[in-house]
Amino acid sequence: MLTIEEGKKIIEEVLEAYPEKTKLKREKHLAVHEEACSTCGVKSNVKSAPGVMTARGCAYAGSKGVVWGPIKDVVHISHGPVGCGHYSWSTRRNLADGIVGVNNFVPFHFTSDFQERDIVFGGDKKLEKIIHEINGLFPLNNGLSIQSECPVGLIGDDIEAVAKKTTKDIGKPVVPVRCEGFRGVSQSLGHHIANDAIRDHIIGTKKLDNKTKYDIALIGDYNIGGDAWEAKKLLEEVGLKVRSIWSGDATLEMLQTAPDVKLNVIHCYRSMNYICRHMEETYGIPWVEINLFGPTKVAESLRKLGELFDDHIKANVEKAIEKNMIAMEKTIEKYKPRVGGKKVMLYVGGLRPRHTIGAFEDLGMEVVGTGYEFGHKDDYERTKDYIKDGVIIYDDVTAYEFEEFVKKINPDLVASGIKEKYVFQKMGKPFRQMHSWDYSGPYHGWGGFEIFSRDMDMALNSPTWQLVTPKWRQAGK
Amino acid sequence: MTKTVEEVKEWINTEEYKELNFKREAVVINPPKACQPLGAIFAASGFEKTLPYVHGSQGCTAYFRSNLSRHYREPFSTVSDSMTEDAAVFGGLNNIIEGLRNAHVLYQPSLIAMSTSCMAEVIGDDLNAFIGQAREKGSIPEDLPIPFAHTPSFVGSHITGYDSMLKAILENLHKRQKKTTSVKGSERTSLINIIPGFDPHVANIREIQYMLGIMGIKNLILADNSDVLDSPLTGEYAMYTGGTPLEDAIDASKNHGTIALQKNSTMNTIKYIQEEWENHPAFNMYPPMGIKLTDDFVEKISDLAGISVSKELEKYRGRAVDAATDAHQYIHGKRFAVFGDPDEVYGIVSFLLEMGGEPIHVLTATGSKTFKREMELLLASSPHGQGAKLYAGFDLWHMRSLLMTDPVDMMIGDSHGKWAARDANIPLIRIGYPIVDRVNMHRYPVIGYQGAINMITWIVNAFLEELDRNSDDAHFELLR
Ligand code: SF4
Ligand code: SF4
Repeated sequence: MLTIEEGKKIIEEVLEAYPEKTKLKREKHLAVHEEACSTCGVKSNVKSAPGVMTARGCAYAGSKGVVWGPIKDVVHISHGPVGCGHYSWSTRRNLADGIVGVNNFVPFHFTSDFQERDIVFGGDKKLEKIIHEINGLFPLNNGLSIQSECPVGLIGDDIEAVAKKTTKDIGKPVVPVRCEGFRGVSQSLGHHIANDAIRDHIIGTKKLDNKTKYDIALIGDYNIGGDAWEAKKLLEEVGLKVRSIWSGDATLEMLQTAPDVKLNVIHCYRSMNYICRHMEETYGIPWVEINLFGPTKVAESLRKLGELFDDHIKANVEKAIEKNMIAMEKTIEKYKPRVGGKKVMLYVGGLRPRHTIGAFEDLGMEVVGTGYEFGHKDDYERTKDYIKDGVIIYDDVTAYEFEEFVKKINPDLVASGIKEKYVFQKMGKPFRQMHSWDYSGPYHGWGGFEIFSRDMDMALNSPTWQLVTPKWRQAGK
Repeated sequence: MTKTVEEVKEWINTEEYKELNFKREAVVINPPKACQPLGAIFAASGFEKTLPYVHGSQGCTAYFRSNLSRHYREPFSTVSDSMTEDAAVFGGLNNIIEGLRNAHVLYQPSLIAMSTSCMAEVIGDDLNAFIGQAREKGSIPEDLPIPFAHTPSFVGSHITGYDSMLKAILENLHKRQKKTTSVKGSERTSLINIIPGFDPHVANIREIQYMLGIMGIKNLILADNSDVLDSPLTGEYAMYTGGTPLEDAIDASKNHGTIALQKNSTMNTIKYIQEEWENHPAFNMYPPMGIKLTDDFVEKISDLAGISVSKELEKYRGRAVDAATDAHQYIHGKRFAVFGDPDEVYGIVSFLLEMGGEPIHVLTATGSKTFKREMELLLASSPHGQGAKLYAGFDLWHMRSLLMTDPVDMMIGDSHGKWAARDANIPLIRIGYPIVDRVNMHRYPVIGYQGAINMITWIVNAFLEELDRNSDDAHFELLR
């Protein structure tokens, strides 16, 4: 770990490359964690500087890609030109169970494929027709969502009116979502807009059957590589009933009936805290944040949940922890000697820049830098509970900064996204994608930790890294 | 009347469903096409020390970079100037001024290639004026070339964007040419420019260069991203790893002539060259896929270079023909579905026909009238093309209906075909963009004589693999 002073010096050096104005902007987003200093936090959730190569996406990505897209029995229309929907077509790994094209529309790209005439004359008529066509071709859809792309908001279309009319026509909810990519500064506003659309059009429109006192909703688990299934298993093992998942492998009904549960258990706070607050205010449902990465945090989270229920659940929690810890200890025994002591730099979205730290630590690894693509102040506040002095914090890091930080800090592993992956692998740095789990996973829960550990070991200890330097270039030759 | 899951599951495979599916006029479902700026930044990546820059909202750029990185498993650098709501109201001038300054200072490019996302197009930003103002404000040096192209995504597709950006870059660089004919200038007359087009298989460029090497034809690839999108792992990362040297591109018009290896992605570029480059023959052709189209290419380029085809190249060709005849029995009479970009689809169909394969469903998301006419002619020219039907401007949900109602033995196209192929229970041979579920496909050429061998290998071995996996004991034979 760097000392605070070393960290500060590195940040200063990295900032030197910027033009003055941008330097002043960017320096507010970079910091070294210093527990004693309450004013040392980073600035966040503001516009990215133009031209610096941010990794951030847009509101559409946050709504269609993150919140709405995984709801499997709803058809999500990428409304506008063809591109946005093309790039977000099955590229997130939010798995869903169901028959594709019958009652599962997740691996699809429905688009209004705007042409010039739609821009000039507006796309409302076309949209109405699209909704009817989809309803005819996919009769088991339980509703539709209209995910607006940039042009829609600029040409003055009234998608709300179309939605209202077609909702009546087809007798199913048609939800307009104003998630045009130019709104806000990142995916984040898209999450919020998507949450609000669910609030306004979906939530509470159906009653939950067979209610029990252990009914919970798992909020902010998108089932990346099967994460939510692993989480469900873990929660049900202790006697809780996961009645609703938001929104990995979700059905519309799950969202409609959520206000009938006893507790909202939230994982990705960033993308769904809005709906939890709403349910708390409107329906009086409490919510609690948990962490599903690594045995320490999983056990901690289960105990936290136990506290909110009765002795029966509490006893189950202890039993489950005891039982699962046997396997967890074996996993740690196997992998810790191989990866222990290794340093990691993280850069991800939502919750992972803090939530995965515990899992790395369970393996004896150390996170020396972390940052969020689209975090807010409350994310950075929460991060403080996870890190020690000297950890470098970078908000909306630019490609340039990230490269420089990695060169100067020299971690053993970089864990970030697809846009970063090959940059660092070219440097000879072991890397794991932490959005898509690098096409592996699940990483949640007890079972997920086993896979997580295997994957980190694989990245760090792959014999391919030894091939990078030919023997005639190795030292001493 | 509500239907059950089982009923719908059956129904979507029927003729009745197909009819309904083909009746739709508004919704597009699973189209195999991307949007213009993706093609634009792809073209830009083929030039030395060039930074692609997308003027508009940042989300698109994040998508393009991810998309390209997944296909190539390579880094892809592109900046955006992150326009947000205020820019939607006031225009993106300030984003350009600040964005160009940052991009220039931070990434030190020799050229910035600017394209646009939908947002900038809808609000109608004037790139020329804005770049001019950025220069006046000192954001960028006076002489830093900034070719720009308007790339509205509500027109055409990624191949349109490729064309527009390439033309803009060549035009900009051409204007920088010094009029004096240097010694180097006279040397150039033996060079032939090759434009690969929006070609997702980087090894195609290497194959063309290999063939031209055998033929003794010196060449300059215009927009050569082979070293950018297939860069070595050395332990050091460099943002700029190759591309056509700008100096060479500036003098490209002094070369002997230009051939583009795709038609639909190079229309405007070729037209520009024909009109503006003096004494410079230029034309485009369908990609040299399979023996016949490669022969066409060889013939045309030797004509242009004024040389006869070397024995060495004929030997190289002969090996591919040998592979074709050796394997003909496994392809002859087999039924195929093919989809993708028009040029690629044309190339694959031509190859299948010469092998005796039968293209049945031929589908593209885009396609000009000329393309349709030429494709119809190609199909009509062969007895093996008689069962084929061309669907230009269709999507992969249409394709699914076709596969379920009129089955074929194999599908050829990009990774997005995998659901339809799975439902139809046939193998998918991955050629095109994007391929995100298999490794290294872009490292194998599909054009030139080696490309023909590769396609034969993949197709035939996939059939044989199926046969082995599905044979009962009695028919599980050693010899195939
Ligand atoms: S907003 Fe336009 S440019 Fe951006 S990804 Fe979507 S279609 Fe492409
Ligand atoms: S990291 Fe969190 S916010 Fe980001 S995509 Fe994944 S679940 Fe969503």
